[in-house]
Amino acid sequence: MPARTLFEKVWASHEVVAETADTPAILYIDLHLTHEVTSPQAFSVLRERGLPVRRTDRTLATLDHSTPTDRAQLFGEIPIRLESARHQVEALERNAAAFGVELLGLKSERRGIVHIIGPELGVTQPGKTIVCGDSHTSTHGAFGALAFGIGSTEVGHVMATQCLLQRKPKTLAVEVDGRLAPGVGAKDLVLAIIGRLGVSGGTGHVIEYRGPAIEALSMEQRMTVCNMSIEAGARAGMVAPDQTTFDYLQERPRAPQGEAWDAALEAWRALHTEPGARFDRVLELDATEILPMITWGTNPGMVVPVTGVIPASGDAVFHKSLQYMGFEPGQPMAGKPIDVVFVGSCTNARLSDLREVARVLRGRRVDKSVRMLVVPGSQQVKREAEAEGLHQVFIDAGAEWRESGCSMCLGMNGDTVASGRYSVSTSNRNFEGRQGTGARTMLASPLTAAASAVTGRITDPRDLLA
Amino acid sequence: MDSVTTITSRTLVMASTNIDTDQIIPARFLTTTTRDGLGKALFADWRYDAEGQPRPDFLLNTPEAVGRSVLVAGRNFGCGSSREHAPWALVDFGFRAVISTEIADIFRSNALKNGLVPVIVDEQAHAWLLEHPGAEVTVDVERCVLSLPDQREVSFPLENFARYCLLNGVDELGFLLSRLPAIEEYEQRERK
Ligand code: SF4
Repeated sequence: MPARTLFEKVWASHEVVAETADTPAILYIDLHLTHEVTSPQAFSVLRERGLPVRRTDRTLATLDHSTPTDRAQLFGEIPIRLESARHQVEALERNAAAFGVELLGLKSERRGIVHIIGPELGVTQPGKTIVCGDSHTSTHGAFGALAFGIGSTEVGHVMATQCLLQRKPKTLAVEVDGRLAPGVGAKDLVLAIIGRLGVSGGTGHVIEYRGPAIEALSMEQRMTVCNMSIEAGARAGMVAPDQTTFDYLQERPRAPQGEAWDAALEAWRALHTEPGARFDRVLELDATEILPMITWGTNPGMVVPVTGVIPASGDAVFHKSLQYMGFEPGQPMAGKPIDVVFVGSCTNARLSDLREVARVLRGRRVDKSVRMLVVPGSQQVKREAEAEGLHQVFIDAGAEWRESGCSMCLGMNGDTVASGRYSVSTSNRNFEGRQGTGARTMLASPLTAAASAVTGRITDPRDLLA
Repeated sequence: MDSVTTITSRTLVMASTNIDTDQIIPARFLTTTTRDGLGKALFADWRYDAEGQPRPDFLLNTPEAVGRSVLVAGRNFGCGSSREHAPWALVDFGFRAVISTEIADIFRSNALKNGLVPVIVDEQAHAWLLEHPGAEVTVDVERCVLSLPDQREVSFPLENFARYCLLNGVDELGFLLSRLPAIEEYEQRERK
C-alpha cells in the first residue's frame, strides 16, 4: 500500500461504499452534533417520511446559537425575550424528546457551544468522522478527527442513515516551522495562514497542520487553528494526534476508560501521515516571523500585523470593504479607537483564552469608552474560570461576565454591536453585519482584544505584557 | 426535488468577490423553523435600509430583477457559514442557477440539494458575463454547457451523480436509504 496521509486513513476506514466515477462515496459518520438553528428542517423531513433518528447513540444536541447569555432568561426565571429564539429553543427541545436524542439543554451543566463541548466531554476523538450543521465543525479536527460542516438537508441524511454522500476532497499540508514568539498565539498563527492562503485558497481541500510549531501547541490552541480552516475555504483541518491529545482526552467523561482506553490508544497512535505520503498542495510558514494579527476588512483574509498598515490600494471589493469599515488605504491599524470588545466564540472562549485575557486585565481597567463582553464557551469553562477567580478579574476591570453561548459571534440572541461601531472580537468572522447590522468587526487574539479594551484603541498586546 | 434540465434567463450580475452566506441571508433570519418564504430576506442588509424600506438602487429592487433566474457572481460565491438558508432564500426569490469562477464547497453542496445549479466557468467567460449584465443565457444540465447569446458554448463541471440527481429530480436521501443493508453490514463489520 502506498504511504497514506492522516486524512486518507480516516477517510478509508469510514467508506461504507467507495466512490466511483458515477457515484460519490457513502461515508459513515461516527458522531453527529446538532443545535437549534440548522436542525428544525431536518427533523421535519424525518417526520414527513416517517423516519426515526437511526443512531441516537451517535447523536448529541445542544443549544448555543440563539440562546440568551443572561442568567435569568437562560435558567427560565423569565421567558427568553427574543420570541424567534424562544421558538427555536422550544422546537429543539420538542424534537429531541420526540426522537430520543440526548439534548444538553438550557439548564444542563454540560451545555455550551457545540464545538467546545464535544472535546470537553471527550466525545471528540482521534480517527472519528464528525459532522454538524455548522461550518466550524472543523474545530474537532484538532484531535485527528475528520470533522466538517454540513447543510440542513445533510443533517437529515445523517439522522436517517448515519451516512453522507461525499466526494473525496484533496489534501493540503500547512507546514509550520519554528516557534511562536511570546505574545503571539494560535489565533495570530491561523490569521496569518488565512492571509497567505486567501479566503478561497483551501476550497476543495482538507488541511493537515504539521511541523514543530503545530506539535508545540496545546489542544486548545490546536482547536483555535483548526476552527478557522473554513475561513480559508477548506472543508476540514486536521492535526495528527500525539501525547498532547491523549493527555487531554484521558479521564474525560465520555472518553474510553480502562481496557477500552488502552485499545483506543493503540489505534490512535497509528493515525499520522506516513513518511513519503503525498499531499496535493503544500504551504510552508515560519512561526517565528508571525506577529500579533488583526483584520482590517470584511473577510478574515484581509489581515495585517497589529503593527502593520492597511494596504495602499486594491480592487473594487477592497474599496467597498474599507468604505464599510470607515478606514482609508495605507492607515496604520494600531491606535484606531474602538467601541466594543467581544471575548468569546468557538475560536477563543476556552479556559486558556480566558486566562490570557485575565493576564492583561489583572490590575487594569477597561477604558470607559469601551463595552467589553466576556462569554465563556461552555458552562464548564464558566465554572472552571470562576474557580480560578478569572471572572472577578473581568468584573473588577469593568467587563460583563455572561453565561455561555455563541452570543456576539453572530448576534442571533440579541447580543449585537450597534451599526457603525467598532468591535475587536476573538471570533472568526468579520463579514459585513456579522455582529449586527452595520457592525464593524476586527478579528484578533484574546491578548490583543484585552489590550485594546484597556487602552480603548487597537493595541499590540506585547506593549502591555512587558 | 423537481427535475432540472435547462434554465433560460437573462442574467443578474453581482460582481463582488467572496459574497458570503451572511450577506446572502443575515443570521437574524435564521430563527425560522421552516424553509419557506426566505426570499424576502435574501441579501437583506444590502437590499433594505435601516427602516426596512427597499433601497431603490440595489439590484434586486430594480425592475430588471423581476423574473430573472440566473445570478452571475464574483469569485468564491457562498463562502462562510454552512446555512442552507442561503440557497433556500435564492431559490425562493426565483434563482435557479448561480454562475461564478469559484463557488464555496458547502454552499455548492447545499445548492445542489435544492435544485439550484452551481455553474463554474473559466475567467474569460466570467469576464464576458460580468461585462454584459442582462445577457440571455441557457444552462443545459444534460450537456453541462452554458450557452451565451453569441452562440458560444462554455462547458462547466458537474459530477455525474449531481447531474443525474438534477436531471431526474432524485433526492439523495432516497438513494442513501436504499443502501441501508450496506450501511448495516459496515456497522457490524466495524463494530460501530
Ligand atoms: S461561536 Fe460563532 S462560529 Fe462558533 S458555532 Fe457559534 S456562531 Fe458559529
